[in-house]
Amino acid sequence: MNNLLVAEGVSKQFGTYKALNNVSIAVPEGSIFGLLGPNGAGKTTLIRIINQITMPDTGNVFLGNQALQPAHIKDIGYLPEERGLYKSMKVGEQALYLAQLKGLSKHDAKKRLKYWFEKFEIGDWWGKKIQELSKGMAQKVQFIVTVLHQPKLLIFDEPFSGFDPINANLIKDEILQLRDEGATVIFSTHRMESVEELCDHIALIHQSNKILDGKLIDIKRQYKSNTFEVGLVTDNENDLINTINSKFKTSTADFKSLNNDLKLNIKLQDGESSNSLLSFLMEKAEVNHFNELIPTANEIFIKTVQNN
Amino acid sequence: MNHLKLIIKREYLTKIKNKSFIMMTFLSPIIMIGLFTFIGYLTQLNKNKERTISILDESGLVSNVFKNTEHTTYNLLSNISLEDAKKQVKTNENYGLLHIAKNTDTTQIKNTISFYSEDSPSLSVISNLESKLEKTYRNLKLQKKGVDIAMIKASETSIDIIQESFEGKKSSKVDNVIKLVFGGAAGYLLFMFIIIYGNMIMRSVIEEKTSRIIEVIISSVKPIQLMLGKILGTSFAGITQFVIWVILAGVLVSISSMIFNIDPTAMQTQQQELIAQTITQDGLQGKVQGIMQGIYNLPLLNLIIAFLMFFIGGYFLYSSLYAAIGAAVDNETDTQQFMMPILMPLMLGIYVGFFTVIEDPHGTVSTVFSFIPFTSPVVMLMRIPFGVPIWQQLVSLVLLYGTFMLTVWFAAKIYRVGILMYGKKPSYKELLKWLKY
Repeated sequence: MNNLLVAEGVSKQFGTYKALNNVSIAVPEGSIFGLLGPNGAGKTTLIRIINQITMPDTGNVFLGNQALQPAHIKDIGYLPEERGLYKSMKVGEQALYLAQLKGLSKHDAKKRLKYWFEKFEIGDWWGKKIQELSKGMAQKVQFIVTVLHQPKLLIFDEPFSGFDPINANLIKDEILQLRDEGATVIFSTHRMESVEELCDHIALIHQSNKILDGKLIDIKRQYKSNTFEVGLVTDNENDLINTINSKFKTSTADFKSLNNDLKLNIKLQDGESSNSLLSFLMEKAEVNHFNELIPTANEIFIKTVQNN
Repeated sequence: MNHLKLIIKREYLTKIKNKSFIMMTFLSPIIMIGLFTFIGYLTQLNKNKERTISILDESGLVSNVFKNTEHTTYNLLSNISLEDAKKQVKTNENYGLLHIAKNTDTTQIKNTISFYSEDSPSLSVISNLESKLEKTYRNLKLQKKGVDIAMIKASETSIDIIQESFEGKKSSKVDNVIKLVFGGAAGYLLFMFIIIYGNMIMRSVIEEKTSRIIEVIISSVKPIQLMLGKILGTSFAGITQFVIWVILAGVLVSISSMIFNIDPTAMQTQQQELIAQTITQDGLQGKVQGIMQGIYNLPLLNLIIAFLMFFIGGYFLYSSLYAAIGAAVDNETDTQQFMMPILMPLMLGIYVGFFTVIEDPHGTVSTVFSFIPFTSPVVMLMRIPFGVPIWQQLVSLVLLYGTFMLTVWFAAKIYRVGILMYGKKPSYKELLKWLKY
């Protein structure tokens, strides 16, 4: 798979404060790339560099194998975290203006806006002023404006903030659909459940350094602890626990079950297979729950950040 | 460049569609003209009041001097004591009583003339009486010494030296006054324009920050385009408003003067009337001719072009300063302290223009200030009527517009740094890097 966006060794310093230190990322074409990190890690600086709002001190950024240049502005759609619209301007006029700034002709912009306004069922907002809309409504307009010029690369910084669950879902579906239609998405958020739902790739930036990146599934494999969650039904719980503890490392588990099970997390040693555990357990008790523990993005995030 | 056009268009349309802008555009001339009409009407009402002034001239020297006019009737009293005269005037509700004591010695008139009235009399009435009396007594004194009044009148002379340069350019003192008036008017117009519209540009620059759209905009356009677009768009809106004002004011003045029958030129203060009184009819006509001649003598084509170029240039330059302030601050309340320093150079220009250019239009001070971009719009405009070589005008214009672009560029830098740099001043190296955008 080709990389649409490549940043190589990007550093940026503000006075004595190093915002980015030799950060490299590669965003594969057609992926949803999660750019993660704690507050103040340098995510926004990196995004601003990609948007040519500011320039890196060192390092290079390439979009589709070309060094980043002003002409690329129309290939990027950017929804910043700090966002707003001209309050006293009418929705339609404003959307047209912003679309034209991104290089669309007035005619095309109008046609596409009509399509999106119908899709989001907000056609009757056209003549309203932004100040008459609620925050969530304005965000919808802002989302449309971001994607209207059909950019190759979409950058969303906390796209769901300010949306109710229904509208957040609507936006999420739109992002997925845009990806399916060929757009590449960089997605910056603190909400790990949306990372889990959306992202194929992630990069984790912490204290100006990139400390983790790759395919989400690979990272999860890397972070898995070979631990299995089991639910056992037995007459003699104490004997069973002692038997298992003599062979494996265990801890109590917590999951929903219909039976009054003995719930355990059992960690396997390297080289031990899940089948051997399963057959061992089957001899001793009735197994009605057997599940490999996969680390969540949230756990990976916290673990990695704390270890650095 | 396409972006610039879009930005200008947006700024212009947003400004002129703004409700308060529309209201100001149409209400201010109506209010202003309404106010002037009202004042004019009141003044006229005052002037039209007929008054009767009684005169008790016990000396018998000046009784034939007072002739009735349209609004003033002089009522000569005789063979009556001062106390009776006062009573009579009071019962007749006359405006007042002028009393000249019995005294035939024209050299001893101190404390012999008094005016009695219910309320204190108006300045113009007293001045009028005084000037009439002064003239009479002077003539009486002259006659007493055996001087022929007619001869004095005949010997009065008015001299206007014709000034001519070696190249044959003629000018006169009147011309110089016209030149000064022209330059002064241009300077004040610019001053007014900047005060009225400078703030508008500043607010427009702050707008993106308060509406938080700045990052969206700045990821689409270069800050310098944004700045330039804002300055030009807002300026055009300002010019539109001003033109509407001028037209509307013209229409309203002619309507109101038709309705209320007020001559707009008659709206002068009483002091001005007094001055006007001293100019004789004869001299006035000669002066009007001189003024017309003076206007013809001006290098008109050069002046009109230079006026447009320097006015627009000066306006843009000061606008860009306002834009720079807008770029540096986050909200409008922080801007007040910057207002004065901005207007200082402009005021300096006007002072230099009035005090130096008129004395020595091509002296060192005048010449230097007509090249400095912040004062040149005023000073150069005042110098041009006296004849300035085209190359000097061009150099001054290049400097003016160059400085304008530089300030816009500077404002754009501040703007970008303002959002992204977290209060840190950019190094020269960084500034150079940004230039590439």
